[in-house]
Amino acid sequence: MSTPTTTTATDHAAMEHATTEHAATERASSDSATAERTTAEQAQLMREQILQMGTGPDGTHVGGSLSSADLLTVLYQEVLRLRPEEPDWPDRDRFILSKGHASAALYAALSARGFLPAEELAEYGTSGSRLAGHPLRRLPGVEFPTGSLGHGLSLGVGTALALRRTGRSGRAYVLMGDGELQEGSVWEAAMSAAHLRLGGLTAIVDRNRLQITGDTEERMGLEPLAGKWRSFGWQVLTVDGHDLDALRAAFAALPGPTGQPVVIIADTVKGKGVPLFENKKKSHSVKLSPNLHRRALAGLRARSRRQS
Amino acid sequence: MTDWQERYATATRDVYRATLLDIAKSDTRVFCVDTDMGGLEDGFEAELPDQYVNVGIAEANLMGVSAGLAAEGLLPFANTIASFAATRACEQVKVDIAGNALPVRIVGTHGGFSAGHYGPTHHAVEDVAIMRSLPNLTVLVPADAAETEYAVRALADTEQLPGPVYLRLGRKATPLVHRGPYTFRIGQADLLRPGRDVTLVASGPVPVAESVAAAELLAGRGIAARVLNLHTVKPLDAEAVLSAARETAGLVTVEDHLVTGGLGGAVAELTAAHHPCRVHRIGVPDGFHDQVGTETELLARAGVTAPAIAGAAEEVMRERN
Repeated sequence: MSTPTTTTATDHAAMEHATTEHAATERASSDSATAERTTAEQAQLMREQILQMGTGPDGTHVGGSLSSADLLTVLYQEVLRLRPEEPDWPDRDRFILSKGHASAALYAALSARGFLPAEELAEYGTSGSRLAGHPLRRLPGVEFPTGSLGHGLSLGVGTALALRRTGRSGRAYVLMGDGELQEGSVWEAAMSAAHLRLGGLTAIVDRNRLQITGDTEERMGLEPLAGKWRSFGWQVLTVDGHDLDALRAAFAALPGPTGQPVVIIADTVKGKGVPLFENKKKSHSVKLSPNLHRRALAGLRARSRRQS
Repeated sequence: MTDWQERYATATRDVYRATLLDIAKSDTRVFCVDTDMGGLEDGFEAELPDQYVNVGIAEANLMGVSAGLAAEGLLPFANTIASFAATRACEQVKVDIAGNALPVRIVGTHGGFSAGHYGPTHHAVEDVAIMRSLPNLTVLVPADAAETEYAVRALADTEQLPGPVYLRLGRKATPLVHRGPYTFRIGQADLLRPGRDVTLVASGPVPVAESVAAAELLAGRGIAARVLNLHTVKPLDAEAVLSAARETAGLVTVEDHLVTGGLGGAVAELTAAHHPCRVHRIGVPDGFHDQVGTETELLARAGVTAPAIAGAAEEVMRERN
């Protein structure tokens, strides 16, 4: 179960984090021309769009969307084989956002890939919009509606099993939050994926180390996390979840459909890229007032300028 | 004993397994998803290993995996115990299967009190209420082994049934309702006995059998009781139920399930909205029924017996007069 709480973030001291990201431009969020952007630029655009969606009627899950931004951008820009003009293309890769509360990041990724017009992101959370706080099934590019934690990996097991059975070439990817791993159903699915040798299934853990009430290790410890997955029969790749090259390398090293499944544990920073929110548990769900949005965006852009 | 009686003198779950294997041989979409139930590995897995997976004793996983399989165009039959399907894995059924209107066939054995002395952890007396409340789900409760075969064959038709189905089965052999072939249609009540005085509306093996016996008792007292087998609890056959409400003194619902939320609840909701009439609900009363007994003993304690049903029917008629 997910119990999102909404808080209005107050001013937090900026925190500096060295990253390997490339320079990001300051394009307007509504600019849907994506062809010439680098992946790093797309990630920066995604962060701006997440902040923009946080200004919606009831805010959004800012922290966990920002922590997933780099890995989602690499997935959607460089890894997933998709056809936006044919969302049900049988040989597509299947992506399941098990941490459905990061929907804002997913919408930005789908928009960048051409599944949604970028202008539609402005409708996030508004009455009658297709863009809910957790993804709905009617949205092109969404394989399953998610939001209740602990469902996605089983869906991925069934999907990968069916892909293998029907001989289709697509792979299944499931992105989970680290707090989500406290759901027992995750481990039912983990056990079965390894037992069935579903190499076509890849799990990704956004290891941002914060759940709503604080540090995962203080609330319900997950460590040794890599050891847990290994003991369940998975191959573990631990990477810096904000290092695009490291993410690329991990996604390039995946097994075939009868291999040992891989879990990529992506070490991330909750709120990554926005000094106001980085490593702040209160960034979990935030409604950004105009003033807060202005400061958050300025912090994000200043950070990216310094790294360019 | 006729061939029919000989063939179907078995438990609903046994004929289910045989029928599932039979349809899977010609329909390669059929995929048997097991949770270590026992009984599917010898027949189904042994013959069709490529259409079988055991996901472990893990019912949440069962439902999620089945949703994934169905989304890819397969026709999964998700096998567990009724109680585990409806309560333990309820959220996966709601969100992953029902919410997506995926053609998963959720098959729950040990429906009602059919687990007998296993006790309340293995009884399912709230499953119909839960499944009936979930979107897009068709809820089937076959009355005997023959009806189970009709139902399972109907489940392979994804044009008629593109969404999810909950099929509730028992555990041991129960009396046969029909003596030979008949017309079975999902969503259409099975008129077992005509009658203009009062109507017995039943679902489930023992409730249907006891209702037929109750109609015999009532006939001996000069009362013509109509008997409807509601093998499909959702969608309910509104026409059959409302006709009975209009044409007879009232309705007695009989089920091996709580008197709230199941067949009796569905009938009461329908009649309250369209033709208010007396509805006497017979079934399992509220409570955690941690008593030891066989299926029929436990149901008898709940009042699911021919004499009690006949008595309720007479009461309905007296109140009408």
